[in-house]
Amino acid sequence: MRSLKSAILSAAVALGLAGAAQASEAVHIPKQEWAHSGVFGTIDKASAQRGFQIYKEVCSTCHSAKLVPIRTLAGIGFSEDELKAIAAGYEVQAGPNDAGEMFMRPGIPADRFPSPFPNDNAARAANNGALPPDLSLIAKARVGGEDYLYAFLTGFEENPPEGVTLMPGMNYNKYFPGHQVGMPNILMPDGVTYADGTPATVQQQAHDISAFLTFIAEPHMDARKQMGVKVILFLIVLAGLMYATKRKLWSTLH
Amino acid sequence: MAQAHAPQFKNPVVKWIDSRLPIFTMLDHEYNQYPMPRNVNYLWAFGAIAGIMLVIMIATGLVLAMQYAANTHIAFESVERIMRDVNYGWLLRYVHANGASMFFIAVYIHMFRGLYYGSYKAPREILWILGVLILLAMMATAFMGYVLPWGQMSFWGATVITNLFSAFPLVGDPIVTWLWGGFSVDNPTLNRFFALHFLLPFVLLGLVVLHTAALHVSGSNNPLGIDAKGPQDTVPFNPYVTVKDGFAVVVFLIFYAAFVFFAPNYLGHPDNYIPANPLVTPAHIVPEWYFLPFYAILRAIPDKLGGVLAMFGAIAVLAALPWLDTSKVRSCKFRPIYRQFFWILAIDALVLGYAGAMPAEGVWLLVARIGTAYYFFHFLILLPLLGKLERPLPLPASICEPVLKGGGRVAAGAHAKPMEKA
Amino acid sequence: MAQTTHPPGTGGHAASGGEGASRRDFLYLATGAVGAIGVASAVWPFIDSMNPAADTLALASIDVDLAPVQEGQAITVTWRGKPVFVRHRTAKEIEEARTVNLGDLRDPAADDTRVKKPEWLIVVGICTHLGCVPLGQKPTDPRGDYDGWFCPCHGSHYDTAGRIRKGPAPANLVVPQYAFTSDTAVRLG
Repeated sequence: MRSLKSAILSAAVALGLAGAAQASEAVHIPKQEWAHSGVFGTIDKASAQRGFQIYKEVCSTCHSAKLVPIRTLAGIGFSEDELKAIAAGYEVQAGPNDAGEMFMRPGIPADRFPSPFPNDNAARAANNGALPPDLSLIAKARVGGEDYLYAFLTGFEENPPEGVTLMPGMNYNKYFPGHQVGMPNILMPDGVTYADGTPATVQQQAHDISAFLTFIAEPHMDARKQMGVKVILFLIVLAGLMYATKRKLWSTLH
Repeated sequence: MAQAHAPQFKNPVVKWIDSRLPIFTMLDHEYNQYPMPRNVNYLWAFGAIAGIMLVIMIATGLVLAMQYAANTHIAFESVERIMRDVNYGWLLRYVHANGASMFFIAVYIHMFRGLYYGSYKAPREILWILGVLILLAMMATAFMGYVLPWGQMSFWGATVITNLFSAFPLVGDPIVTWLWGGFSVDNPTLNRFFALHFLLPFVLLGLVVLHTAALHVSGSNNPLGIDAKGPQDTVPFNPYVTVKDGFAVVVFLIFYAAFVFFAPNYLGHPDNYIPANPLVTPAHIVPEWYFLPFYAILRAIPDKLGGVLAMFGAIAVLAALPWLDTSKVRSCKFRPIYRQFFWILAIDALVLGYAGAMPAEGVWLLVARIGTAYYFFHFLILLPLLGKLERPLPLPASICEPVLKGGGRVAAGAHAKPMEKA
Repeated sequence: MAQTTHPPGTGGHAASGGEGASRRDFLYLATGAVGAIGVASAVWPFIDSMNPAADTLALASIDVDLAPVQEGQAITVTWRGKPVFVRHRTAKEIEEARTVNLGDLRDPAADDTRVKKPEWLIVVGICTHLGCVPLGQKPTDPRGDYDGWFCPCHGSHYDTAGRIRKGPAPANLVVPQYAFTSDTAVRLG
């Protein structure tokens, strides 16, 4: 019996190790420090606001975030007036008007972020055949989440390692699956000027945009974790009471 | 079962109704006085936990269905609207999505408890078979539910699983076309999956009612696997077992809440946050974890039809279990050899699950094949033989005997008499 | 089955009394109360999920451009899923609305309590009887006996201030919450 159990155990351990070995063959994505990680972590609003600036000035020239209403940004500390100003900066298609024609109007916070291209085919045509993915859920739609986004954005290399021949129009990225990606290295030192004076290093920009993308992928994350702490504390108290009740009750049995 | 008192209801309204439709007598009989073997352990709470999970799934599913739109153009968006805009929508969806996993965890533990303590043996064969049907209904419901968000995994999961039916000669292709309502997984498929995903939980609920009814005919099994001989062996279900199960449910809810609030997407796949694209298959398609052992069996067989048959056979063999296991002794406690093979089977299921998550090549394909062979060997060859060859340990005379003696096994042979007809 | 034990609450314990029993009762009560609080709080998300969602609330107010609406014309705009009648009243219509003896009205309200600018009447176009949409917006529509609106479902007549004058409806057409953002633009909600 004992020997059997230990045999089973060692088989399980061996299996686990084999799995780990397999996993390590894939590219390792370094973990970053995030204000929002962990049970008590919350989104760093200042960082996410800077991230929004990068999204607006850099990413959104190619990438859409079409599932995200502009009003969502209230969650990273923009006031109602700021939201109206942000929204008014976008032109949104509306209509048809009385003449039956579509027309452009300034955005309102209830609108979603307009897409840079009218449809996927137009986006492909403008980007050398590659479709820039929608960013609404990108932080949840990639293995590694925000760590992957950071790694990807800082993982471009000017010259591919020896033996790798890039296809025309492609760029080398250490972390992208397959390493060849249509998107060029887009974050440049001081490529944006932060309003709050934070030095805009590439790492800082990658961190900020990843925080922003994490926020828009899951705007209720802070509320979720805060509720979770309360729910679990409540359940622990209830479990304690239930256990005491059960003990008391069963102690009356003989 | 022991004779129940005819309950005396004080409330005149209850009394009036009960004399015309004795539902209160029935409830009192089945859920208040129902005699439960007093030696059941916490593994027996997983039936109640699974029941609670079904209730949670139906309740959250109902309100989610009020917001969801089963149309390929807007299904993904409508789920995101639930996540972003609907009041507590994110909570309800995460409770529902993780609830499916929790439901399977509870049911798998419940099943392995039944395997360990021989709960499928006479007179509980129908009870067990109803359980297997519940598992099938759960699998169908979970599979169709996973299609509804219309992400990449939804679409490709639906494509792969419906294509299983094309393995059948002659009728295969027409069946698949019929399942799809078209020539690929598309809007008609999504629509019917939504309708069935809504319907099946109520079929499931009906099966659960039958499962409970069958249980209350034979009475609950217990860790010793011997029948309750009288009132000294049992406790009334309420309050003793309700409170005990209640405690277990709350502990399970803590585990559940940890996933919902702190790792809501841990059990899901990132690709399902990418809208379905019929032109691009994700690099690794894996089913949800609760299908992985069966997925491994499917891929272990190098023949398309053979794989499909083996996968369904893996479940069908469970239904035949009451007759495959020829031993008259229920509990593993008294079957020293079967007990070891039970644990090997449990490990085998985990290994199959792991192999199912890995690419079907090289060493993992071999592992899956060995695991599959062992799975069928266990049920089809080992169990029938073991019942004949194994010498069970002596059984205690009654439930309360070892309980009163502090849980120890009775002295060898002293009062032991073979259980029932054994 | 025979009651070999006496679970609390099913009789028997009351007689046994004593301090142990009351401490036990308190524990049972506390557990029950905490459990009930848990169930009650878990119900709220289900109920609240059926209330208007954030996207619905975000569109709860809309802007309407009045500039193209000539005197004597009316437009219907959709606001919160309901038709809102905006009528550019003529001097005659304003006069009619103002000269009514309030005592004769079923639901007395002076005209100036129902408009912000006399020439613009804005009301929710839903009959207060059973929810039909009254006629009277198009020039060809019947406008009832009082030059306002006529509800074809059960024959309610409304006047040029949207007040009920005749027929089964109990109350005047509802005036929505609105504000003029400029001379020719109004925000509903």
